[in-house]
Amino acid sequence: MSCFEKDFGTPASNSTQTVTMEIDGFKVTAPVGTSVMRAAASIGIEIPKLCATDSVEPFGSCRLCVVQIEGGRGMPASCTTPVAEGMKVVTQNQKLADVRRGVMELYISDHPLDCLTCSANGDCELQDMAGAVGLREVRYKPIETHLNAKKDESNPYFTFDPSKCIVCSRCVRACEETQGTFALTIDGRGFDSKVSPSQNQAFMDSECVSCGACVQACPTATLMEKSVIDNGQPEHAIVTTCAYCGVGCSFRAEMKGDQVIRMVPDKNGKANHGHSCVKGRFAFGYATHKDRITKPMIRASIKDAWKEVSWEEAINYAASELRRIQTKYGKDSIGGITSSRCTNEETYLVQKLIRAGFGNNNVDTCARVCHSPTGYGLKKTFGEASGTQDFDSVMDSDVIMVIGANPTDGHPVFGSMMKKRLRQGAKLIIVDPREIDLVKKSPHVHADHHLKLRPSTNVALVNALGYVIVTEGLVDEEFVKSRCDVASFEKWRVFIAQEKNSPENAEAITGVPASELRAAARLYATAKNAAIYYGLGVTEHSQGSTTVIGIANLAMATGNIGRSGVGVNPLRGQNNVQGSCDMGSFPHEFPGYRNVADPVTRALFEDAWQARLSGEPGLRIPNMFEAALDGSFMGLYCEGEDIAQSDPDIKHVHAALRAMECVIVQDIFLNETAKFAHVFLPGSSFLEKDGTFTNAERRISPVRKVMKPLAGYADWEVTQMLSNALGYPMNYSHPSEIMDEIASLKPTFSHVSYQKIDEMGSVQWPCNDEAPEGSPTLHADHFLRDDGKGLFMLTEYVPTTEKITPMFPLILTTGRILSQYNVGAQTRRTDNVAWHSEDRLEIHPHDAEDRGVKTGDWVGIKSRAGETVLRALVSDRVQPGVVYTTFHFPESGANVITTDNSDWATNCPEYKVTAVQITKVHTPSEWQQNYADFSEQQLELLAEGQHNA
Amino acid sequence: MKIERLIKMANDISNYFNAEPNRDDAIAGVKNHIAHSWEPRMRKAIIEYNQQDGSALTELARAAVSKL
Repeated sequence: MSCFEKDFGTPASNSTQTVTMEIDGFKVTAPVGTSVMRAAASIGIEIPKLCATDSVEPFGSCRLCVVQIEGGRGMPASCTTPVAEGMKVVTQNQKLADVRRGVMELYISDHPLDCLTCSANGDCELQDMAGAVGLREVRYKPIETHLNAKKDESNPYFTFDPSKCIVCSRCVRACEETQGTFALTIDGRGFDSKVSPSQNQAFMDSECVSCGACVQACPTATLMEKSVIDNGQPEHAIVTTCAYCGVGCSFRAEMKGDQVIRMVPDKNGKANHGHSCVKGRFAFGYATHKDRITKPMIRASIKDAWKEVSWEEAINYAASELRRIQTKYGKDSIGGITSSRCTNEETYLVQKLIRAGFGNNNVDTCARVCHSPTGYGLKKTFGEASGTQDFDSVMDSDVIMVIGANPTDGHPVFGSMMKKRLRQGAKLIIVDPREIDLVKKSPHVHADHHLKLRPSTNVALVNALGYVIVTEGLVDEEFVKSRCDVASFEKWRVFIAQEKNSPENAEAITGVPASELRAAARLYATAKNAAIYYGLGVTEHSQGSTTVIGIANLAMATGNIGRSGVGVNPLRGQNNVQGSCDMGSFPHEFPGYRNVADPVTRALFEDAWQARLSGEPGLRIPNMFEAALDGSFMGLYCEGEDIAQSDPDIKHVHAALRAMECVIVQDIFLNETAKFAHVFLPGSSFLEKDGTFTNAERRISPVRKVMKPLAGYADWEVTQMLSNALGYPMNYSHPSEIMDEIASLKPTFSHVSYQKIDEMGSVQWPCNDEAPEGSPTLHADHFLRDDGKGLFMLTEYVPTTEKITPMFPLILTTGRILSQYNVGAQTRRTDNVAWHSEDRLEIHPHDAEDRGVKTGDWVGIKSRAGETVLRALVSDRVQPGVVYTTFHFPESGANVITTDNSDWATNCPEYKVTAVQITKVHTPSEWQQNYADFSEQQLELLAEGQHNA
Repeated sequence: MKIERLIKMANDISNYFNAEPNRDDAIAGVKNHIAHSWEPRMRKAIIEYNQQDGSALTELARAAVSKL
């Protein structure tokens, strides 16, 4: 595919009404609201332009796109002139040509004439327009120019060269309209006009979040990727899907041979509509980082040096070890972990290998530690373990409630879309212990209500919202009667209306003023369209599933289900959390969330897989650790996960890994878990394989191979080799065959195929006989439970057992930051460290003062589970009594202090609530020192192995 | 399997179903949840604990485990 995408000049109109007109004598029919420029482009007539591009609203400043309209006066700009019935437009004549040539002459008179050595050579709209208008000479000899303006190279990924700027404002408008950060402005007037990041600051010192929208919009080399400056223009492009968060942005990998030159957000991408964030847009360099391990390795003990071996030897060794362990300890003594970072097809194969090849259901996935409560709660209440909407739905919302999520950091591209809707006037309720950016730090956005609750009190808060809805007569009785299980509703109505659930009683628990909560409940319940978005601040609690159920109850009680603008929307952390769950990664469920104990379902899979399958649930990840420590779980196949960093109570996890006799890690790096491994199988990055990811809106998007796997095999091929070595045959020749098998076994995928995904770009499940083109909105006519009715469930508030005491007086909660991703294995190996090079502990000024702590001080954080040391950041974003940190760096040891408390239904860890004490210290904790020694030793054992090869 | 861990898990499950006004439904809720999601060696351990002692389990958890 070519790197050049057609630019229609202005955004498409959403109108369903059309008008017919003539452009240069050709008839064209276009939706009402379409610009003349876009209408012309739609029939192949390219009107010259500079300040217009189809990613931002028209501006009408460059005067290059002028046209003449029969019966009209002057020469209007075609970008700002809408089409009209019967309109007759002329786009080319001598008069127009003279005007355009004059405009270009002025532009070029203050522009460097270094086209041959310019980084935009081959992709410069200014150069193209000079050619289009036939500019042959520049008569002006300016006394003063901008040609000596200083280049800003502060951003690690792109440069800003004001000498090449034509002040078209495309970057400014992209920052405002697309990203919603408003970091750029045009400073000065007339000749002095110039693009200014914040207050004339360098890009890195400004409010810029490096989403790349400005770079994308720039028509010259003013804003240019450093990768293009270094390597030249790409020569072909392949559309694929980002491997970072659960938004699942579509990107064009722009290539030169097998080298990725840049990742450009795909404007046809239905999740991101041409937008991106700093991770997806720029942080892809990890894929070719020097730390990549590309040779299989084995060793008998974690005290031994690694030995590089052939694929055959590594696979045979892994298989023989797994079989040896099963012979010695029993069939159920081994298991595996699938990854939300791998494709659907890879995840499906791993769980199939475990169920059919290992002969047990000891398979789990990292959703265990993030959104397993979503699966439980939404499956029980709505009948499907997924969010109800597409992302575009937010543009129809009148009230948006965000609970325990931080979209501008965790899901930035969707966060930008949400901000756009909020700027249009939608109301906002934030439920979060911390002041996230959406509360008041995003320009032109503020929360109408910030319910700043105490960590661990979500259920009490959600119940209080339900109390107001029920007791103030705000229930949508018609919806409940027609769409829900009425008996369950009546039981819930009695439960929720108990005085213990009132906002006044909840205030003592949550700390949220009753009046504020009542106002928020009324706002949510009385809106035409109200939507709830939530994240790990809901799920990662001892009552995570209860809160999800409570949220579902609220949506059903107010009739906010089944149409655009409403719904319950879990914001998934990793790119393929939804997919890994869909593919049957949980130990009690086959693909499609069907219980292993059901004999009919089991017979279906036994027939398809030609193997006897266990009807008993397998071990969850924390149960695997327990079983390892008691000597009954001794072998693990871990693909693409880093449990030694990401899971709670990490000392316990490390002890369990040390207790196992064979840990097989399949990853692109020697991650923290691999330091405890005996077999290392080199993985492939998302750029090296075909497959699909499913994002938070159930959208199945293509992952396409843009380069060969560095280690020779895609991950699905490695799993297949291991399976064959274990004696369970797998003979797929392409991931499309795996998807065909998935579609044949999973009713909601029955019409999904690679052909359909290629045709549609992406498709949202359910995609079956009922919805052959997919399903943007779930539960439109009926809920997906067996009886078609939504089920209300009771949600008693049960306080966590993790309580503050005089010894541990503060609550630690955790979260993410924009520039880093999860355990950081990818982003730490990119220039994103320029924004966040270490995890810090946010502490309120009052708590800091009590302890004599200042920003930058080292502080010890001690919990009942352990102790670590971080640098302090004194901030009033957290409330008194609460401290906060990110968890992107292994040496931070954030999970040394988190406890083994977990959700009652799913064992999702209670990461968000740990009682701690903070003290000023001067040295790392004992754990950090020991771990640094261990880590260094493991890297030496790696180097020794590589040296000996 | 550390029995203390399993006891806590069972008690946490029972704390959720404790809100259920119908006692039989509450017991069935806890029982079914454990039956559907606990691996056999975990079920075996909690059943044995309940038969031999059971004092650290909530009353609802005990009732449910005795029906496993």
